[in-house]
Amino acid sequence: MRKRMWISVALLLIVPGLILTVSCAKKAAESEPAAVEAEPAPAPEPEATQPEQPAEQEQPDQSAIEAEQLKAQQEERAREAARNLFINEDIYFAFDSAALSDVAQQVLRSKAEWLRQNPDVTVTIEGHCDERGTAEYNLALGERRAQSAKAFLVNLGIDPARLNTISYGEERPVDPRHNEEAWAKNRRVHFTID
Amino acid sequence: MKTRFWILISVLAAILAAGPGTRPALAQFDYIDISNPFLRKVPMAVPVFKSFSGSAREKVMAVKLARMLAGNLEFTSYFTILDRGSYLYDPDRSGITAPDINFGNWTVIGAEMLITGGLKLDGDLLELELRLFDTFKQKLIAGKRYRGPVKGRDGMIRRFCSEVIFALTGKRGFFDSRLAFVSNGTGHKEIYVCRFDGKDVRRMTTYKSITMLPDWSADGRHLAYVSYRNGRPQIFIHRLANGRVRSMTKPGIQITPAWRPGRAELAATLSLSGDQEIYLLTAAGKTIKRLTNSRGIDVDPTWSPDGKKVAFVSKRSGTPQIYIKDIATGRVARLTYHGRYNTQPSWSPNGDLIAYSSMEQGQINIYVSDIEGNNPVRLTSDQGDNEAPTWSPDGSLIAFSSTRRGKSRIFVMTRYGTDQRQLIVLDGEQSDPSWSPNTMQ
Repeated sequence: MRKRMWISVALLLIVPGLILTVSCAKKAAESEPAAVEAEPAPAPEPEATQPEQPAEQEQPDQSAIEAEQLKAQQEERAREAARNLFINEDIYFAFDSAALSDVAQQVLRSKAEWLRQNPDVTVTIEGHCDERGTAEYNLALGERRAQSAKAFLVNLGIDPARLNTISYGEERPVDPRHNEEAWAKNRRVHFTID
Repeated sequence: MKTRFWILISVLAAILAAGPGTRPALAQFDYIDISNPFLRKVPMAVPVFKSFSGSAREKVMAVKLARMLAGNLEFTSYFTILDRGSYLYDPDRSGITAPDINFGNWTVIGAEMLITGGLKLDGDLLELELRLFDTFKQKLIAGKRYRGPVKGRDGMIRRFCSEVIFALTGKRGFFDSRLAFVSNGTGHKEIYVCRFDGKDVRRMTTYKSITMLPDWSADGRHLAYVSYRNGRPQIFIHRLANGRVRSMTKPGIQITPAWRPGRAELAATLSLSGDQEIYLLTAAGKTIKRLTNSRGIDVDPTWSPDGKKVAFVSKRSGTPQIYIKDIATGRVARLTYHGRYNTQPSWSPNGDLIAYSSMEQGQINIYVSDIEGNNPVRLTSDQGDNEAPTWSPDGSLIAFSSTRRGKSRIFVMTRYGTDQRQLIVLDGEQSDPSWSPNTMQ
């Protein structure tokens, strides 16, 4: 008698536990692929967090719906992250130079990739200089830096019609201080989305 | 007999040689040494003018006008204006013409030159007499009488100052000139214009963008400048009389406009070809011809006063240096060989010198060299960054920007680098000075 009772209790505890574990694993497995896909940022899906779920399913599976929503949110976040990276990641130059360093070239390669993933976008490439040197010369140097970045992207297959350039010379520093650290930050090319 | 003759000749020769000194004999310019006029300032007295009718209104104006005239002449750096407190002179009792002047009263306090004035105010009509004397020779050098509405009094004073400078140096000076410059006191860089002495500042643009690099046309009627008001650096031509502004439509950047003397043409750097090159354009913005053809930056042109040559900055030899191109022959010669960063050339209106800025060890200073590039002389040192030199129309002074006081300010100095002083006092920071021709009246 007692033995049977214990067996029932055990079953009552174990079976639901097993079921729960399995469905959790399923959720985890599904969120992984979504994160990996984030890099190349696939074509935007509608914002709506309710994918086709309603009447079609005889038994609305709550966990499946939530999983879809999570995926969509994560994809959206990943797209935004990639877009922000494109805008916020500048490339830097040596004094009085428009030559692209290895790091700069790497950054430009990822920018090219983003541009390929977002074919409808046109951008403006801004060239900047530090405050040393003279304003007139720096206006020209800023443009050379922007052109340098543009040429590199065109070489990677980006349509030049999508790439506008402008020079701000030394007129728009990001760091107003008067030291090497600030100057290095100001000698940059910056991308904005038109 | 013969030896005595030769002794007499030698003695005569010695007397003649020792006599008038070794000054170059520039006949009419005995007062100001053209070879370095600022080395010894001529002491000058400018007493209060005489009021002919004795009215209170005239007396007030007599003081003001004398002060204005003295201020204008002091600005040239040729003169030391003696302190009125030392004058042995009462305008009510003394005369203003040679027969009535006791020159001894002036030479005794050290004045070598004297300017007297007399005025009469009749309602709105002003009559003003002004005379410049050599006190030692007791001689009139220049005298003028002006008549007109009282609101033209500043102009009368300026005209006489031009007469004074003309009599003493053969040039009319700069009293009818203005300075254009950039200031960001409103929060944005805009173009401003002021009188040659830094007074009467007026803002010319309200684009609330980035506006810079003003340049005067040869007739003083137009200003060209660069502005981002349409989203990219474009050259604008601003007609001062009616405030009308036109912009150029070429693609790429448009920067560093420089009007060509004597013609309605400009040199400017455009990048429509894909590279930054200097072009010659009409005032309407149409291309006449391309002036540079070298890979790399070519920027910052400045014209010789005859409009036949243009000096500019190029990186063609690896570092920014200044070159001169002859428009007719097409020949290009390098001007600067000292230093690794020479930019902002400005050709003296006298044609013989080029001022520019040079960056060494992170500091920028103003240099002047002849047009062959020989003997560059540094005019500023150890006082912040000194940039963008621009010449007064008579080639005697140079205005520039300096950060010696922290913020960038417009300064002025003689062309030898003496008498450096701040010219303009304004909120924000000032830069890019450009001195107009002497035709602003």
